[in-house]
Amino acid sequence: MMERNKMGMTLFLLSEAVFFLLLILAYAFYHTSGELGKQAANALDVVKSALFSVALLSSSVTLWQAHVCLKSGGRSQARLWLAATILLGLIFLVGQGTEYSHLLREHVTISRNLFGTTFFTLTGFHGLHVAVGLALLLILLGLTELGTAHEPTSSAMEAISLYWHFVDGVWVVIFSVVYLWEYV
Amino acid sequence: MSKESPTNRAINSLADIKEYRSMLSWITSVDHKQIGIMYIVSAFVFFLVGLGLALAMRIQLMVPVSHFMSPGTYNQIFTMHGTTMVFLMAMPLLFGFSVYFVPLMIGARDMAFPRLNALGYWLYLFGALMMYFSFIAGGAPDAGWFSYAPLTERGYSSSPGIDYWALSLLVMGAGSVATGINLIVTVLTLRTPGMTLTRTPLFVWMIFFNAFLVILALPALNAALVMILADRQLNAHFFSPAHGGSALLWQNYFWLFGHPEVYILVLPAFGVISEVIPVFSRKVIYGYGFMAASTVAIAFLSYGVWIHHMFATGLSYVILYVFAGSSMLIAIPTGIKIFNWIATMWGGSIRFTTAMLFATAFLIQFTVGGLSGVAFAAIPIDWQLTDSYFVVAHIHYVLLGGTLFAMFAGTYYWFPKVTGRMLSEKIGKLHFWLMVLGFNGTFFGMHLLGVAGMPRRAYTYLDRPPLGTLHLISSLFAFVLALAILVFLWNVVRSLRKGEVAGDNPWGGWTLEWATTSPPPVENFDRVPPVRGRRPLWDLAHKKEGGQP
Repeated sequence: MMERNKMGMTLFLLSEAVFFLLLILAYAFYHTSGELGKQAANALDVVKSALFSVALLSSSVTLWQAHVCLKSGGRSQARLWLAATILLGLIFLVGQGTEYSHLLREHVTISRNLFGTTFFTLTGFHGLHVAVGLALLLILLGLTELGTAHEPTSSAMEAISLYWHFVDGVWVVIFSVVYLWEYV
Repeated sequence: MSKESPTNRAINSLADIKEYRSMLSWITSVDHKQIGIMYIVSAFVFFLVGLGLALAMRIQLMVPVSHFMSPGTYNQIFTMHGTTMVFLMAMPLLFGFSVYFVPLMIGARDMAFPRLNALGYWLYLFGALMMYFSFIAGGAPDAGWFSYAPLTERGYSSSPGIDYWALSLLVMGAGSVATGINLIVTVLTLRTPGMTLTRTPLFVWMIFFNAFLVILALPALNAALVMILADRQLNAHFFSPAHGGSALLWQNYFWLFGHPEVYILVLPAFGVISEVIPVFSRKVIYGYGFMAASTVAIAFLSYGVWIHHMFATGLSYVILYVFAGSSMLIAIPTGIKIFNWIATMWGGSIRFTTAMLFATAFLIQFTVGGLSGVAFAAIPIDWQLTDSYFVVAHIHYVLLGGTLFAMFAGTYYWFPKVTGRMLSEKIGKLHFWLMVLGFNGTFFGMHLLGVAGMPRRAYTYLDRPPLGTLHLISSLFAFVLALAILVFLWNVVRSLRKGEVAGDNPWGGWTLEWATTSPPPVENFDRVPPVRGRRPLWDLAHKKEGGQP
């Protein structure tokens, strides 16, 4: 039987998956029904976003490494991998920030048209989830800094990892739908 | 159990549990029993509020061309009535019963995540208060409980009511998902040894699958709510046809949540009925396997029928046929349940206690509601009757005549366990008959009103027979229904003060909650009886007589 915290997190992510699925469907629905595709192609910088996406995806690998180290007792190594994960997550958020400010300067806003509406809602909620994940990872890092007495339990670590991998996985779908649609 | 636990023998009422005595112990509680009671009491308070709103509507509709209230006020009142009864009354009431009884029935000490359990309750309470705050913050929501776009766009509804509606539903939705997760993990990880999933009481089984509906349906509503908030607060255009948005998208998302929601409100009621009927028929539930499997079938099908709320929106015939078919399919698992309950009663030595009376009335009234539901799955009937009083009659037969009657059955059945006191059977029977009379008197005529062409949500109507007569009858019986609720309230207050002491197992129940004191101590059980079948207390009693069941 799966451990309790992990099971709770898995169920929560199942629920979150439905939430994101519907936001993605809303994007896709307007993409196929109007001018949205052309607007997306004009406004978005695929290469830049792809680079930031690589940062987010590699953060899944570093978090996995942190987990492996923690299990084998390498606490200082685990701390380094955790810090790397947080750094990569931050890079992604900064990338999203620069993308948003670029779009806003071009007057592509949430109220401009349906592309703005669906794009900012979808990627905004994803960004929010990344930010929450960063907060959780910072707590984990803080706990490992406090020493053995406060060391995070392996189940807390696993539950938060599940969340982080989920947020990364969702980004793969969002990136494919929003940025790569024009190329298929 | 009390024989083995002299310390617990003194527990006869909530006042005997010293941990529950201070107000602070309730506010800070993570005890599933206290949280369950708080859910149920809060839900009942909101039930009284929702009932008051309903009576206001019935007064307005009592005579044709009435000026008791303005159309704008009427819009706010029917919106708040529906929203209150579905989200502030029914869901928390069911959660209350779930978090109180699921741990007890599986022999656990508490929920899997006690603090998350408390969070769920407080999110609900403050979300509900925020909803009502809208009345003094510039106007209550006024677009109906399903808030169809584009009526919810800023241009059509400039008061902050819809914003409060969406925000407070988001808050409560987060709480509901938390509680749903908690219930699933509790059932999966905390069952006492010997209790396999297929030995769980049907109430637990149904709550378990219901919790999956909760965690998979609520996010659909939450997604739609953040979209509506983006539209209203950030001038986004999801649901605004003037900017290329789609009003139908809202309907799709809302009913993708809304139809499973109907089953979220009904499955726990099925669970209660499946406990009450066997105990008062002195027979094992007929066809446990079919009951369990049909629950799964209902939960699964409920995601594939939402379009039947949208038959009149001009979708293609292919889509209509598919969803008409899937909607009719639901009648099969539901019918299995009805027949199994009847088969359980068949040949049993039935005791018509108040709980059993409510369960029996549930069977009949829910079947009426179910049949009008199947009628709606036929597309031409839907086209003729949609948005008429026939729909109002249908939903009230399912949710009031069905769910609420079942919850009253559960209340009379479990009140002794929760409080240690029996509810008065004499007052209970008065409550029951007044309620049957009031409910059917209020709502049966609404079928006819719908057929006669009365549209729902209209604040008044012209004096064309038979509308006036039918509305008058409905309004008068609504007061009988309200009287029934007052009688119930009197019964509760009276029984808490001087009700008969219940003892551990007043009804001769077979499930684990009856194996501890009434009310159960903080830790629930001293020792959980061994579970070797679906009726552990029956096994326990008959082992003593030497026979192995």
